[in-house]
Amino acid sequence: MNNFEYVNATSLKEAAAALASSWTDAVVLAGGTDLLGLMKDYVMSPKRLVNIKNIKELGGITKSGAGLRIGATVTFDELANSALVRQGYPSLYAAVMGVTSPQIRNMGTVGGDLCQRPRCWYFRLGHGVLGEKDGKSLVADGENKYHAIFPEGRAHFVSASSLGPALVALGARVKLVSAAGSRELEAAKFFVAPQSNEAREIALLPNEILTEVVLPAAGKNATYEVRQKDALDWPLVTASVNLTMKGTAVTAANIVLGHVGPTPRHAAGAEQALIGKAVTADLAMAVGEAAVKGAKALSQNAYKIQLARVAVKRALLEAVGVKA
Amino acid sequence: MQGVGAGAGAVSVLATPEEAAAQSSVKSLGPAAVPVTLTVNGKPMKTAIEPRETLLDTLRSKLDHTGAKRVCDRGTCGACTVIVDSKVQYACTILAIDAQGKQIQTIESLTANGKVHPIVPAFVNNDAQQCGYCTPGFVMAAKGFLDKNPNPTYEQVKDGLGGNLCRCGTYVGVRKAVLEAAKALRGGAGVKGASNA
Repeated sequence: MNNFEYVNATSLKEAAAALASSWTDAVVLAGGTDLLGLMKDYVMSPKRLVNIKNIKELGGITKSGAGLRIGATVTFDELANSALVRQGYPSLYAAVMGVTSPQIRNMGTVGGDLCQRPRCWYFRLGHGVLGEKDGKSLVADGENKYHAIFPEGRAHFVSASSLGPALVALGARVKLVSAAGSRELEAAKFFVAPQSNEAREIALLPNEILTEVVLPAAGKNATYEVRQKDALDWPLVTASVNLTMKGTAVTAANIVLGHVGPTPRHAAGAEQALIGKAVTADLAMAVGEAAVKGAKALSQNAYKIQLARVAVKRALLEAVGVKA
Repeated sequence: MQGVGAGAGAVSVLATPEEAAAQSSVKSLGPAAVPVTLTVNGKPMKTAIEPRETLLDTLRSKLDHTGAKRVCDRGTCGACTVIVDSKVQYACTILAIDAQGKQIQTIESLTANGKVHPIVPAFVNNDAQQCGYCTPGFVMAAKGFLDKNPNPTYEQVKDGLGGNLCRCGTYVGVRKAVLEAAKALRGGAGVKGASNA
């Protein structure tokens, strides 16, 4: 990796002051599990890294009103060992445990998971986030078995975030802080589909630090990840659901698909089909069907449409405790 | 101090005068080598490193601890596993400069001072290695796992070692070795070849 200067920030103010207006000048370092690999591959070569792991206020999982506040440098291991997470947010817990390497869970952070770059091999080979060469997508005619079935414009990569689908389904908000001030954003709006090869897939600006995630009280929630193998890998498809219930009837539903497009995808049409009804295996299947409406397979990834259908069904049944 | 300062290095990346003002107090290290002290197996060790050097490379090429292996170098295979502040981590994906002030435990500690940790002979007894390249990482992952799970089931061992890969396919032997070592550590049947056997 190229050389850089290192800032060991001990306060948020110090960290924000060390950032700059471009990603080539300065980048935040937390767990490093994605960033160091990107730098070793020269996909990113910032002139400065700003370590935020020693900033106390960025840690900790605490109750916040009826919900939860999770600091950006909280590790996956800390999430996994939090009774508050495990009991109130099983969808988040499942996403955490989907990262099957204890080493990564010990190192990787919440903020880092949300800010990690796509796994698209064309991006990782240096063809930009859209994976284009001479203005032409390398994905469409290339190796695309793990790519999007819900592309957005020119973006065919899939969002790599493990926690993203669950956080979007739970209606989480993220806090972004810069030297100039702070802003809050719905997790759903944190993920964006870039339309230029240099743009980012998240709303974070180069001079901002993601400081915390705030979760509201949750309904019945579950995440189902379809995986190729037990060993460490990203899911092929994730479905995360959060249901508000009155008795056995669903009064409000959030269904979010992950790893199917450049952002975690709200299956809005499918959600409607649940309202006022009890979740049964048949209804869950129908909702899964509705969730993949409009999916567009590339040459090698039609199989992901079926995975998404089934993931939605299984997540719904798990959320309400019905055996499939 | 060599390479330490908020001077020229910090100014070079600034885009506007406002940023320059905001950053005048930023303390940066490098990119030239800076002196660090790493606590390896309880012993403080001094060296000089550039901020880009990983803990793995520093251990291997500067501190004469070559037990941890460099295989994928991308935080995936686990051959570089060490225990940092009681948690298993990939040394290839930690900056050495970030590891200051932490307790770094490497595989060398498992046979230090003439004492052999039961996990070591348990690997031999159960044919838990073939080519051996992943073995130091597996041993440290197993040690870290056993420190937290003294009485594991086979399934727990399998999940607990989920961050390590073996291309020879010695997984079954490794899991048996961990169970045997767990038993020995709990004071049951000793492991042949271990100091506490």
